[in-house]
Amino acid sequence: MSPNIRIALRFLTAKKRSMLMSLACIVLGVGLFIVTQATTSGFEAYFIRTILGTDGAVRIQDKLQATMQSIEAGGYGSPFQIQIKNGRKYIEGIDYPVELEKTLRTFRNVAGVSEIIHGQATVRSSFKDDTVQVYGIYLEDHLKVSDLKNQIASGSLMTFRTAPDGALLGRDMATRLQLGIGDSFQLEANHQVRRFRVSAIYETGVADIDKVRLYLNMDQARSLLKRTTGASYLQVSLYDRDRADRDAPWMEEVLKHSVASWQERERTWLQVFKALRISTGITVSVFTLIAGLAMFNTLAMVVMEKTKDIAILRSMGYTRRDISRIFLWQAAIVLALGTAGGCLLGLGVTYGVSLMPLQIRGIFATNHFIVNYSLWHYVEAVATAVVMVMVASLIPSRRAARLEPGDIIRGTAQ
Amino acid sequence: MSEAPDIALRCEGLHRFLGQGEGRVHVLRGVSFEARRGKVYAIVGPSGCGKSTLLYLLGLLDQPDQGDIWIGGQRMSASADSERTAARGEHIGFVFQFHFLMLEFTALENVMMPMRKLGRLPAPQMEARARQLLGEVGLADKAHRLCTQLSGGEQQRVAVARALANQPSILLADEPTGNLDATNSAIVFDLLTRLAREHNQAVILVTHNPEIAGKCDFRRPMRDGLFV
Repeated sequence: MSPNIRIALRFLTAKKRSMLMSLACIVLGVGLFIVTQATTSGFEAYFIRTILGTDGAVRIQDKLQATMQSIEAGGYGSPFQIQIKNGRKYIEGIDYPVELEKTLRTFRNVAGVSEIIHGQATVRSSFKDDTVQVYGIYLEDHLKVSDLKNQIASGSLMTFRTAPDGALLGRDMATRLQLGIGDSFQLEANHQVRRFRVSAIYETGVADIDKVRLYLNMDQARSLLKRTTGASYLQVSLYDRDRADRDAPWMEEVLKHSVASWQERERTWLQVFKALRISTGITVSVFTLIAGLAMFNTLAMVVMEKTKDIAILRSMGYTRRDISRIFLWQAAIVLALGTAGGCLLGLGVTYGVSLMPLQIRGIFATNHFIVNYSLWHYVEAVATAVVMVMVASLIPSRRAARLEPGDIIRGTAQ
Repeated sequence: MSEAPDIALRCEGLHRFLGQGEGRVHVLRGVSFEARRGKVYAIVGPSGCGKSTLLYLLGLLDQPDQGDIWIGGQRMSASADSERTAARGEHIGFVFQFHFLMLEFTALENVMMPMRKLGRLPAPQMEARARQLLGEVGLADKAHRLCTQLSGGEQQRVAVARALANQPSILLADEPTGNLDATNSAIVFDLLTRLAREHNQAVILVTHNPEIAGKCDFRRPMRDGLFV
């Protein structure tokens, strides 16, 4: 062990209470930072999982058409005209979904593509009538781009797969219409009425989906909505979901259709989560800031009390750098203990919080706190503590190093 | 300029001012001095005559405003802080009036502290030498006691052992017996001079005690910043 560390360890005992206070602040600062980041990012990650499980990573819809403007080259009335690209026009829907899907498959990041048509219909149950959004899907394709399989709350996808008149209803819709598994209901659209039967009830947790979205097999939906060809949009899943916003412009360029990534579609919510995560991080960093100030205060006091020791160390051949390091080591030792304790506290409290009941419906469905265990939260918490505490320790340690041994001894001797 | 090999320390024309503005005092007014190995020098004089200031300059704890200091033939007065610090660790041992032991450490650890910094010996040899030095000052059985558990005389003996730890060529002592009773004063002084002579070290001590000064090889009285 280096002599500087040995001395630092002993000096730590000189101000036990103050050092323990600094230690407690570091433990709390690091621990709470980890807990808040784990919970906010947990909810954010769960929200992202939910939106990817319902609407996929990328949505392709509406054909793009460049619009042109012409200028008379030789002045007003000239027969010579120059064509200028003037912007883009969106034409609703996809005319050739199969060709588009083939092209999409050439993108290496594309994991699955589901063709979807949708339209409005009125549902009539024995209890009440309501307006719903009908979504026609090829079940097997759709299972590859969504989490529908895990969202089934009751009933069976097998029934939907085998029964042509099968329908999948959101939980809120089924509750409102008082429909259960096996119950029949009528759907009216385009002046025709068809009878369907509830195969399964799903729950995404997203209220706007669970209230209005009703899935039918593609053939039935085409017939009901009188759309024999084309698709409303393509839902795409990606191997690397985080690349969706970078892949979308390329897809748009190649496919000549509007392409929306999940980051673009859910920008508002994602910004809310980000703001929440940063604000809680800043708030709990106050503890770490206090830890830094406490460490500054403690070391400043130790320097004042240890001036004689500093003088004698300097007289023995200890350099200014050695003196500075002795005080920095004290901060580093408290910091190491504090961050280790803080990480353990953060881990324990995060686990405890994850067991706490909390019912949320609306943007996702959960019955307990959702936490995200990420190494980066620990790295960020420790880095914040290291920066604050070590910066705060620099001033007293440099002051100690600047002390002149002759002045100290002369002052003490007088 | 080559020096006689037995000259451990030499200074010429040292001037030192202390304080600032109107309170600025010319403490040393051109002091010259040399100390030979194996000899004991006593600097005596009234309070405020500049004895301690001279001792701190000779020990490289302070810098002169004018004049030169040579340690083992090497000019140190104009050298960098790092060189002066290294020279202190290697060539100079200090004994102060208020012993200045590090109270969180045992007697053994205090004696080992200069050796640990110098790093000349491996750890077991450092400990063996520290034990030997504590034995020489009569504290072998108290090596593991914290310094707070030692009497004033014992603490000063530990300070003597610590000053000798790196086998320095120069031993500087500022009123080493000033805080002790007559019996302990005699013990500490005899110890200091005996060990220094045995190890061929130059001892320069500042004292008010005429009895102690009388026992030294050389007695240099000072007044108003000059040897008289």
